[in-house]
Amino acid sequence: MIAEFGLAALWLAAALAALQLFAGVMALTRPGEGLGAAVRPVAVVQGALGVIAFAALMVLFVRTDLSVKLVAMSSHSAKPFIYKLAGTWGNHEGSMLLWVTVMGLAGAFVALVEKRLPERTMLATLAGQAFVSLGFYAFLLISSNPFERLPTPAPEGNGLNPLLQDIGLAFHPPTLYIGYVGLSVAFSFAIGALVTREVGPAFARAMRPWVLGAWIFLTIGIAAGSYWAYYELGWGGWWFWDPVENASLMPWLAATALLHSVSVLAARNALRAWTVMLGVVAFSMSMVGTFLVRSGILTSVHAFAVDPERGSFILGLLAINIGGALTLFAVRAVTVTEGKRFAPFSREGALVFNNVMLSAVLGIVLFGTLYPLIAEAMGAQVSVGPPYFNPMSALFVVPMLAVLMVGPLLRWRQDNPGRVGKLLILPLVAIVVAAGAMVIMGGVGVLPALGIVLAAGLAFASLMPLRGRSLKRTPLAIWGMVVAHFGVAVSLFGMASESAFSVEKLVAVRAGDSAQVGPWKVNLKTVQPVAGPNWTALEADMTASYKGGARVAIRPQSRSFWSPPQQTAESALVTRWNGQLYAVIGEQADDGRWQLRLWWKPFVTLIWYGALLIALGGLLALIGRVSSDLRRIIAREKIAYRRERQGR
Amino acid sequence: MKRLFAMIAALAGLISWLIATPAMAQDSLPPAPYAYRQLDDPALEAKAQDLMETLRCLKCQSQSIADSDAPMAGDMRSQVRERIAAGDEPEAVRAWLVERYGDYVSYAPRVTNLTWPLFVVPLVLLLLATALLWRRFGRGGDKA
Repeated sequence: MIAEFGLAALWLAAALAALQLFAGVMALTRPGEGLGAAVRPVAVVQGALGVIAFAALMVLFVRTDLSVKLVAMSSHSAKPFIYKLAGTWGNHEGSMLLWVTVMGLAGAFVALVEKRLPERTMLATLAGQAFVSLGFYAFLLISSNPFERLPTPAPEGNGLNPLLQDIGLAFHPPTLYIGYVGLSVAFSFAIGALVTREVGPAFARAMRPWVLGAWIFLTIGIAAGSYWAYYELGWGGWWFWDPVENASLMPWLAATALLHSVSVLAARNALRAWTVMLGVVAFSMSMVGTFLVRSGILTSVHAFAVDPERGSFILGLLAINIGGALTLFAVRAVTVTEGKRFAPFSREGALVFNNVMLSAVLGIVLFGTLYPLIAEAMGAQVSVGPPYFNPMSALFVVPMLAVLMVGPLLRWRQDNPGRVGKLLILPLVAIVVAAGAMVIMGGVGVLPALGIVLAAGLAFASLMPLRGRSLKRTPLAIWGMVVAHFGVAVSLFGMASESAFSVEKLVAVRAGDSAQVGPWKVNLKTVQPVAGPNWTALEADMTASYKGGARVAIRPQSRSFWSPPQQTAESALVTRWNGQLYAVIGEQADDGRWQLRLWWKPFVTLIWYGALLIALGGLLALIGRVSSDLRRIIAREKIAYRRERQGR
Repeated sequence: MKRLFAMIAALAGLISWLIATPAMAQDSLPPAPYAYRQLDDPALEAKAQDLMETLRCLKCQSQSIADSDAPMAGDMRSQVRERIAAGDEPEAVRAWLVERYGDYVSYAPRVTNLTWPLFVVPLVLLLLATALLWRRFGRGGDKA
């Protein structure tokens, strides 16, 4: 019953999306017939129905209803509750349902809350949102029905990939999806504004919270995914330039650029066409990412769907949505002027530089990710990995970070270098000191050394916008910018330090023996079997002491899951303020010695703390922007009310 | 004389057995010597590590041989460490592996008539970025 109920809700939601599109377009082409009034309520109900359908699927997974094909294929009765729940979106159909659900919710929220833009723009925006949703509803209902029943219920489920049975990964996909889909709202706003030619500061202010919100979720999602890969894959790597990682990075890059250009549009009414273009590109990248991951075109840990039919369907959606949007842009861009002019040495100038550099990095990541596929189509296999992506993106990231030190200090429209120069003394000193340290230390690679030097400069430069301000009166949005940019420095330092100063030790030891890795002494006491709900494991009982200090107990495991059968290494981590000890237990050799893999990774945690700071900065900016928008709206209403009373 | 022949025959037998062993041993799988063992010389080990991080594990999905538990990745790590220990330059080892397994094994694409766009595109992006910024700011920009 629950499955049929969910399916019915899904069909109804799809029908309402069609109605929303139809009513929106009719209201735009034939105003005055009253259809426009239906659009907002329909959007709200559509969102609610999506939530109902998704809730139904969650119930099926929690109950492990094995008469439903999807549950039988990707769940198991012996799985812990939390992974049954997370199993709802740990598969192709469920994650696509999550996608349309979040998209419907976002549409409902826009319909309920956004009242600042001209009604025509809103109608076009909601119609655009419905159009994109409709494609995904069709995809679900035609080729990926999550509620499909089996002719006879399965005796037991196939289970979930053990690598995915981890708390980090349980919440990584929904976080990313909220980010992806949040960008769909920016996309729809861009379409709406193009249709009605209303591109201006009001449009930018309406779009900005969505871009900020989506960007915060993307930032957290990427950071969580990276940390998951770091501790779960058991080899201490935190970024692999894997196509699936790139698929999440690309929308983030575009959203980061959009975030900055939308600020220019809101504050200065400049960069109009460019901002609209980025709005289209950002969501296009979300769809490209979804296509890459969901179509099974890549072979990677994450790509669990392998089905060419689905791939072509998503590719079709991609072509229609992106192609349509770009055509609209090409037709209308002529009528959208770029807006106010500005000098190169100005806040806008620095932001344009940031945008161009980010777009170039996006181009490289996109091309480098797609090229192996192109080559494969031409009959050759090539791999594009870190030796390509690192230097090529550094080509643009390094100048961007250099400009980032100056940009936030500049005034809008025009500034003079003399005024800013004084503020840069401290960052420059930091740069010189860091560069000196790198030279004295020696043996540090070019990119890590550059990273450390830039991080040192940026850490100070990012705080400079606070100078001369009363900290209490500094607007939240400024705090947000400062915190986020400081986070960039923190994260960059973590990356560079991990790359330059990590120590690795592979040893084979007997119980009772010790090994030294960097400043750590690790002692293996015993190895014993332990059992979990759906796995058994060999657990090493070890102690670790930092520079002869107190001993900490650590227990890395080598786990064997039985459904599906797979081995995973559960690393053990000891976190100090200045880095992490990373320990993994491997196989036992014939002579009885145990294989240990140990790493000392100085300041590695800063990578993710930095990312969290970046997200926190976004959150502060979001709160600041939304509350000042609200204040403005309330003030305007008060004035209108007063005028009305005076008029009487 | 006879004894000499016998000795030579025994030696030949021993040598052929030694040569044959690795081929025979592949199924019974004693792990390759340097799969999970570092080279004693830290400088050489660092060299090998840098190289391993840029070689693809062919049996895995998007992992380098430095990040994988797959037996084949272990074998390749061992080969890389042995070659580096024998004094080979990293790029020579890479070329040797590419010759054996094809371009797919290396994460560092070479410039070939298939991969040249990979290197032209960043260049084009660089030019495009410069042109964009130049157009925006170049012509008498400061009084805009």
